[in-house]
Amino acid sequence: MKLLVCISKTPDTTTKIALTGDKSALDANGVQYIMNPYDEWYALVRALEITEKSGGTVTLINVGKADNDAIIRKGLAIGANDAVRVDIEPQSSLSVAKQIAEHAKTGNYDIIFLGKETIDYNGSEVGAMVAEYLDLPFISYASKLELDGNTATISRDIEGGVEVVEVATPFVISAAKGLAEQRIPNMRGIMTSKTKPIAVVSPVAFDDLAVTVSYELPKEKSAVKMVDPNDMDELVRLLHEEAKAI
Amino acid sequence: MILIFAEHQKGQFKKAAFEAVTYGYKVAQATGSSCAALVLGSASDAGTLGKYGASKVFQVEDAALENFDSQVYAAVIAAAMQQTGAKLLVLPHSSTGKSLLGRLAARLNAASVAGVNALPVVDNGFRVKRPVFSGKAIAEYELKSDIKIISLTGNALQPQVTGQDAPVEALSVTVPASRVKVKSVERAEGIVPLPEAELVVSAGRGMKGPENWGIIEELANVIGATTACSRPVADADWRPHHEHVGQTGIAIRPNLYIAIGISGAIQHLAGVNSSKTIVVINKDKEAPFFKAADYGVEGDLFEVVPRLTEAFRKFKGGNG
Repeated sequence: MKLLVCISKTPDTTTKIALTGDKSALDANGVQYIMNPYDEWYALVRALEITEKSGGTVTLINVGKADNDAIIRKGLAIGANDAVRVDIEPQSSLSVAKQIAEHAKTGNYDIIFLGKETIDYNGSEVGAMVAEYLDLPFISYASKLELDGNTATISRDIEGGVEVVEVATPFVISAAKGLAEQRIPNMRGIMTSKTKPIAVVSPVAFDDLAVTVSYELPKEKSAVKMVDPNDMDELVRLLHEEAKAI
Repeated sequence: MILIFAEHQKGQFKKAAFEAVTYGYKVAQATGSSCAALVLGSASDAGTLGKYGASKVFQVEDAALENFDSQVYAAVIAAAMQQTGAKLLVLPHSSTGKSLLGRLAARLNAASVAGVNALPVVDNGFRVKRPVFSGKAIAEYELKSDIKIISLTGNALQPQVTGQDAPVEALSVTVPASRVKVKSVERAEGIVPLPEAELVVSAGRGMKGPENWGIIEELANVIGATTACSRPVADADWRPHHEHVGQTGIAIRPNLYIAIGISGAIQHLAGVNSSKTIVVINKDKEAPFFKAADYGVEGDLFEVVPRLTEAFRKFKGGNG
């Protein structure tokens, strides 16, 4: 199987968010960037498991500038065969999806993987967009994927339960927790990753339709009000009269 | 025209559908437009969406729409957008809505913003806000295309009854064949799914074991809440995976979130910090969750929770 895994760069979960002076962007000073965990832990690892079992290749694709090579190398160290980087600073979801689809449409990939969302913008948009550009089925929030020849059986998380679907390759799949287990790159992987190819390709022209105007920080939460553990009537009163939550 | 995709489950509209129609109605009023709802598949009382502000309900009924496939649904919604001339589409920010948003944005070359939680600013262009970085910041976007698509988070606003039932008009749309075969759907019966729940009672490792969950379920029953859990609890199979809230689980924003025996790791907070009111019950006064809470109770949960259940029961009794 020929598999493509879309990986994204995101600030680490524990990043303290600060804005630039004009509030037009996240202040990148001191921000630790990582590979989006859903891409790394679940999408990439499940793709690798499939090729390890049945043969094939795993290609990574990332949309970004050269400073993204660190996370691409990590993906190669975990086990991907090669990588493509579309050389443009990512803007809207649609523009990122367009760049991925442009590469994928000539790549003859059997399955295109990505995480269910990135942990920075949490939009869940890119997978559906790539699928639409390529006219492929899209199975989102997959927590289990089994392949029998070209037929995949996939469990996907839905509100309050699970749906099981069957689909033939090619398709696009977004990975949720459960699809695979996180892998830590070993020394051999790290060494071989240095010689694996990253093809840098030029972006196609695309006019952004949704433009970020500004950012703001949420209002500070007021200090917690402690309630006597022996007086739960008081907590109920506060929830009813003050918070109006019940 | 503003078109609202009214999601339903086997003919029963979700609360998110009424919220989205109310949202569309308010945007229509602000922009001098009109708001219509779109229903895919069979739902007997589609006209009821009119009560929340839809002046018309368009419906496409076809056996192929009984199961959800984003590719089929997107094709039908795009056709409905064209037939009705709608310029703004509002989707629920549910697993269904999220799968459709990206598809339709690509298909219609439309600007899209996922997870909007407030009305747009429309005096100069069209701008919307949404939380980003797991609620640690808010971003404002300008949507510059002719056709615009947004998904609305649950509990962003309350549904409001503004009128009467609306006329239902069948739309004639060619429904493409699905390439995805649904083999089974399993849902926990009789409970409000977490993303839609207004009240959530959630518990963590402090519970010591799955056999102790009776006090959590009793508390949830008394106030009509949905139960949830932290990641370690789901990982240990103490509770089902679909109850797991947090960064890797489900992100929720209920009116009230009661966290019991959960320390409040940043990954957990990322999924729940948009809750309107947070109550934390923990015996460790250093638990980081207290910093994110509105109300805190420092004490042994095995004593505090039954006491709180009794207090709610008394309150419910006194308030009919």
